[in-house]
Amino acid sequence: MTDPERRALTMAQLPARAKMAVAAGKLTGAVSRAAGRGSGAVVGGRIALRLDPELLRRLTAGRACVLISATNGKTTTTRLVAEALRAKGPVASNALGANMPAGITAAMANDRNAEFAVIEVDEKYLPGVAEQTEPRAIALLNLSRDQLDRAAETRMMAQKWRDGLADTDATVIANADDPLVVWAAGRVREVVWVAVGQGWKDDAWSCPQCGGVLHLDSEDWSCGSCDLRRPEPAWFLDGAELVAPDGARVGLAGLKLPGRANRANAVSAAATAAVFGVQPTAAIQRMEHVTAVAGRYDTVTYRGRTLRLLLAKNPAGWLETFDLVAARGEEPTGPVLLSVNALSADGTDTSWLWDVDYTRLVGHHVLVIGRRRLDLAVRLQVAGVDFEVFDDVEAAVDAAPAGPIDAIANYTAFQQLRQKVGA
Amino acid sequence: MAGQSALRIVWIYPDLLSTYGDQGNALIMSYRARLRGHAVEQLNVRSDQPLPVQGDIYLIGGGEDRPQRLAAERLRKDDGLQRAVEGGAAVLSVCAGFQLLGHSFYDEEQGTLPGLGLLDVTSSRGTVRCVGEVVSQPDPALTVGGRPLPRLTGFENHMGTTTVGADAKPLATVRSGNGNGAGTGVDGAHAGRIVGTYLHGPVLARNPGLADLLLGWVDGDPAPTKAEDVWHEKLRAERLAAVGA
Repeated sequence: MTDPERRALTMAQLPARAKMAVAAGKLTGAVSRAAGRGSGAVVGGRIALRLDPELLRRLTAGRACVLISATNGKTTTTRLVAEALRAKGPVASNALGANMPAGITAAMANDRNAEFAVIEVDEKYLPGVAEQTEPRAIALLNLSRDQLDRAAETRMMAQKWRDGLADTDATVIANADDPLVVWAAGRVREVVWVAVGQGWKDDAWSCPQCGGVLHLDSEDWSCGSCDLRRPEPAWFLDGAELVAPDGARVGLAGLKLPGRANRANAVSAAATAAVFGVQPTAAIQRMEHVTAVAGRYDTVTYRGRTLRLLLAKNPAGWLETFDLVAARGEEPTGPVLLSVNALSADGTDTSWLWDVDYTRLVGHHVLVIGRRRLDLAVRLQVAGVDFEVFDDVEAAVDAAPAGPIDAIANYTAFQQLRQKVGA
Repeated sequence: MAGQSALRIVWIYPDLLSTYGDQGNALIMSYRARLRGHAVEQLNVRSDQPLPVQGDIYLIGGGEDRPQRLAAERLRKDDGLQRAVEGGAAVLSVCAGFQLLGHSFYDEEQGTLPGLGLLDVTSSRGTVRCVGEVVSQPDPALTVGGRPLPRLTGFENHMGTTTVGADAKPLATVRSGNGNGAGTGVDGAHAGRIVGTYLHGPVLARNPGLADLLLGWVDGDPAPTKAEDVWHEKLRAERLAAVGA
């Protein structure tokens, strides 16, 4: 029996309970959409999973599954892996970032025939989703602090991955430059190490294995007290080039997604696609077609001005966006719009603002909006940044000095901004 | 001290105790010290380095159980903080850092562990996690420019309960939130030039008066820092209003 035949059989043989669960989930999703409550995928998935808790396992059985998890870059990398694997066949994916079990189940129910499933997974749910979907590959990109009042501390997350992935049969593609990821992948049988850097270091000074002080320099790292050290990478990012295990170099200058972080995502995605036999040159070529991911990096015109929309959910993410702002030109003078909320989806504690090095914006004219604009104002004052505070995006954009505006916002602020500017 | 040598601000173990934007307290303390006319030397001391004893103000921040345990182990071996306190240095301690200045604190893996005994407080594990906004009224004995400190506002996120002994006083009476644990009615502690609190946010971003209190202790100038505090004040007003205080 060929793979497609087996897959067709699996789908046809979905048990009655699972079929009913899929139908109920789709109905709920449709009702939710009609009521104007978003895409309806999550609520539909939730209903379906309640009717059949094994539904995700059934919907992914027989497919070649890839899971992608990280603190930052998982939505983008999921998209890049999906693009690369389309070289081999149809791909089902939770492309809009609904990355908890309900959202994943809904995405898989909506596309039951695709041979490949490329799935973004929220960090907390990775072990559970890995157990259900029996993936061929899992990409672990990075781990850093995020939403402190909700999530467990970063090392606890690494521990969860380490324990939960110990028995996986998947090939794990893991970032050799992130000590937390290296430790998390430490019990996995088959690991492909990729060195793609980790700009944010402040969650990696303390050894996740023994608590000793880690010695970090620009390329290498090791623990001063135990044997944890940077593994030898098979793939790496070298400036604007991908270097494959055979030494072949693939230029990344053609990627439309900007910045170092996205070149890193592309290398991880290429290493992941290689598990399925996609050559890196072909993989990168396909990735070059991606211009924006769920609104991120989108450039829009709003009130006669050009805005580039950048999402930054946590300190590591903010650093990456500052790289993009800096890459616009040698003179750091362009206007930058910042918007910060602290709704429940963002985490209601704003103290992370003090982990972000806002001195990187000195020289720019900074416009501040968002529900927690006053927290940000105090932060920018102490950082010595020139800023003005506005009640809304209209006023801020109208007051911005000439030039394209980089707009950086955290999670719910980003959604609101997208709605406002029609992206 | 002013005009002679740099005012030294020592941030203790940012590699372990920097979970809740604790860098903010170091940045704000340094910022205000400069506004007071001091040359400022900010030293961020990692846990594999010896603590300098000649610091003027020491800051120690928040962290989860494991980094707290590691920090306590290393600080007990390094007596730099004890010697600095004996020499008149001021200390601002937050959350896990506050607990480990006391006699003992609770660790998930190893149970009750000894602290540094610099502050007469004892901490243990509570039954509920305290998460959210806090408003408190500081001890009126704490003054800047001859006036009592205004209300404190901050964010708490901890499982600890802390009892204040006879040789320390609570930093503040809680008006909203939990502070030293549900039902205690108080937050933090102070004795001599040591201040402890469960408030982060970080605490000095919302309460610049607290920074001035410690700066006045070490530079001898009781007056508030001459600063453009319009954003601090707007933020304070907004956070106080957010909890209906």
